[in-house]
Amino acid sequence: MLDVLTGFVAELREAGLPVSLTETLDAAAALGQVPLDDRALLRGALAATLVKSSAHLETFSTAFDVYFSSTRGPGAAGPGSDAPGAGSQAPEPWPAGGDDGPEAVGAPVAPGEPELDVLLDAALGRGDPVASARAARLAVALYAGFERGRPVGISYYLYRTLHALDLAGRLARLSEAVGRAPADDGRRLGMPAGPLGDRLVEDELAVRADVLRGQVEAEIRGLLVDERGSAAVARTQRRPLVEDVDFMHATRDEMVRMRRTLYPLSRLLAARLAKRRRRGRAGSLDFRATIRRSLSSGGVPLEPRFRAARPAKPEIVVLADLSGSVATFARFTLHLVHAISSQFSAVRTFVFVDGIDEVSRIFDRSPTIESAIARVAAEADVVHLDGHSDYGHAFGVFAQRWGREVTSRTSVVVLGDARSNYHDPGAEQLALVARRARHVFWLNPEPRAYWGTGDSVVEAYLPVVDAMVECRNLRQLEDFVERLDP
Amino acid sequence: MTATSGTDAGHAGRFADPADVVRRLGDVGYLADVQIATAAYLADRLGKPVLVEGPAGTGKTELAKSLASVLGARLIRLQCYEGLDEAKALYEWDYRKQLLRIQVGRSDTAGGEVAAGWSEIEEDIFSEAFLLERPLLQAIRATDPVVLLVDEVDRIEVETEALLLEVLSDYQVSIPELGTVQATRVPLVLLTSNDTRELSEALKRRCLYLHLGYPSVERERAIVLARVPGIDGRLAEEVVRVVHLLRGMELEKLPSVSETIDWARTLVLLGVEHVDARTAVSTLNVLLKHKDDIDEASRALSGMAT
Repeated sequence: MLDVLTGFVAELREAGLPVSLTETLDAAAALGQVPLDDRALLRGALAATLVKSSAHLETFSTAFDVYFSSTRGPGAAGPGSDAPGAGSQAPEPWPAGGDDGPEAVGAPVAPGEPELDVLLDAALGRGDPVASARAARLAVALYAGFERGRPVGISYYLYRTLHALDLAGRLARLSEAVGRAPADDGRRLGMPAGPLGDRLVEDELAVRADVLRGQVEAEIRGLLVDERGSAAVARTQRRPLVEDVDFMHATRDEMVRMRRTLYPLSRLLAARLAKRRRRGRAGSLDFRATIRRSLSSGGVPLEPRFRAARPAKPEIVVLADLSGSVATFARFTLHLVHAISSQFSAVRTFVFVDGIDEVSRIFDRSPTIESAIARVAAEADVVHLDGHSDYGHAFGVFAQRWGREVTSRTSVVVLGDARSNYHDPGAEQLALVARRARHVFWLNPEPRAYWGTGDSVVEAYLPVVDAMVECRNLRQLEDFVERLDP
Repeated sequence: MTATSGTDAGHAGRFADPADVVRRLGDVGYLADVQIATAAYLADRLGKPVLVEGPAGTGKTELAKSLASVLGARLIRLQCYEGLDEAKALYEWDYRKQLLRIQVGRSDTAGGEVAAGWSEIEEDIFSEAFLLERPLLQAIRATDPVVLLVDEVDRIEVETEALLLEVLSDYQVSIPELGTVQATRVPLVLLTSNDTRELSEALKRRCLYLHLGYPSVERERAIVLARVPGIDGRLAEEVVRVVHLLRGMELEKLPSVSETIDWARTLVLLGVEHVDARTAVSTLNVLLKHKDDIDEASRALSGMAT
């Protein structure tokens, strides 16, 4: 068991989780306290000791499934064992074909598709966890076309299986049938008739489909682990931690995960700014309060009291590049801006491509970030000529129209890749702004190695700004926030 | 690593196994899942504090209260806030009493006799009688069973976290004038955090970790049934499903479990039998507290009205 634990911890570390020696020892101690054949308890014990952040739970889960899914492994119980009462009815363990070659693996197809159909109906229609696990097992046997030694990963088999299952179509048929069913029909889960009830039923069906999808994946993972061993499968399953995902290449799913981390980060930023402000200036001595306080210590003024300092209002001006080359980053920056502006009242946001426009009010008025982004895209007047970014022109217009509103209390944050399509960089325009502002920071989503290559005009801006920071992922953003000294 | 050394004698299995935790918490109306039960069980067995993290209103503080009542222990609560210091968290010398003591010493010897030696007074005023116990020290010195709850630990500054470290890892408090106070019995310690900032590695390393997110439909329905007297199973189901629908939306502040319970109570009081879109819209202000959120949700729900 200790070997499995060591391998598992090594995998977590490979995946980027900071697991210390203390925590490993704790995990070992915890394993001594729970029955090892109970997979749910095992998972709970390891999660409690090895993972210390909710952002890391997903990575932990993936690794756990890989290391403890093998039919030979210590957590031999099937995927259904988490559900109560599933243990006795769980399907037979997969026949791990040792020397039998690829044909043997495909052998237990016998029950065939009609049975799968019945199981799927039970899984999706009734939400039966046992049926769901069996359906997953059968579906993988029927459709995945698993072959030993084939150099493909989980996603290949997963795609093949799910494609054949056509869950989306099945769900659509089901929810349509449910929509027509009378209110007291069992399939309606006791939900009332009408659009709201339909929607609730649909949500539940989607959840069940997700469960099934997860079980199919677990099934394939188990097969691969049997074939290649945990370590090899874990390597292919490794996904970057949310804080290491590159903004420029983030998938939709990763954006959602990042957003969850982003909100606390903007709070941190706000707290940091506020704290420095409070600490920055000590208030004057409050004589009356000091005397009043001294009465309790016999007239000896032990603790002087101070008036609270009145904090100066910081102002933040954000200039964000929205051009195509940084499209994903721009989306992300808009999220960041939205998060920041919900913390500070004095945030002004400008977006530019080759023209520049203020969008502060759009952010203030829009209820959700999605609608704000949609409105920014539709309403902001950011294209001046051809829709290719022209930093020089954008900065020029900014300096001219809004330059005077930048004061010594203003921190200017520029978000962009400094690729100006061979236009004039307009560094002197930015310098004009920088001279008035307290700070000018530039967050660049490009790797530092690419700076100054091609049409990148980073060099022109470097002497003008206080700092140009590589900001490709949340970790770097966090570092920037940490070092920020407003 | 040294967390359990020397303290093993102080606690002897308050729970038989994780299932026991679930059962006993269930008896006092707290529905624990495997994750919660394992964490509580290990906290007891390994003698380590648990850091409970998650959004507001998911039952973090409630967990500590329920554990205390299950174990028949006294709950000692340290509410954290910005600016919390040693004097409020650990202990403080009662300087008013100390001043009085010194003055008494003076007046006694007013007759011309040599004043009592300073060292004598010093020894006297830095003794237990002049010590004001604050929650952490209180929990360490307690002779009866206690559960220590350090609530909203993310509100204190990173520097202040250091205050907690000695208590959390060694269950002791060092007082320069008195020496080290060691726990006679290891208290069950829970720390809660709303995840507004990253806690320091040093703190996390000393704790077990439990993430309390929003519960599944089944669990939340069970919670509603347990907490809302007189609610019909069908209504509970509908309530929870609507709340889950709302949690899937882009809202500033998602409805918490406690708000689900409030909403269910409201509906029961109003005599509602079925949640339809119109009832939901008219009572949304119980679930959502931001105007923008309410507008957004009303719009979405109104689209589903019959």
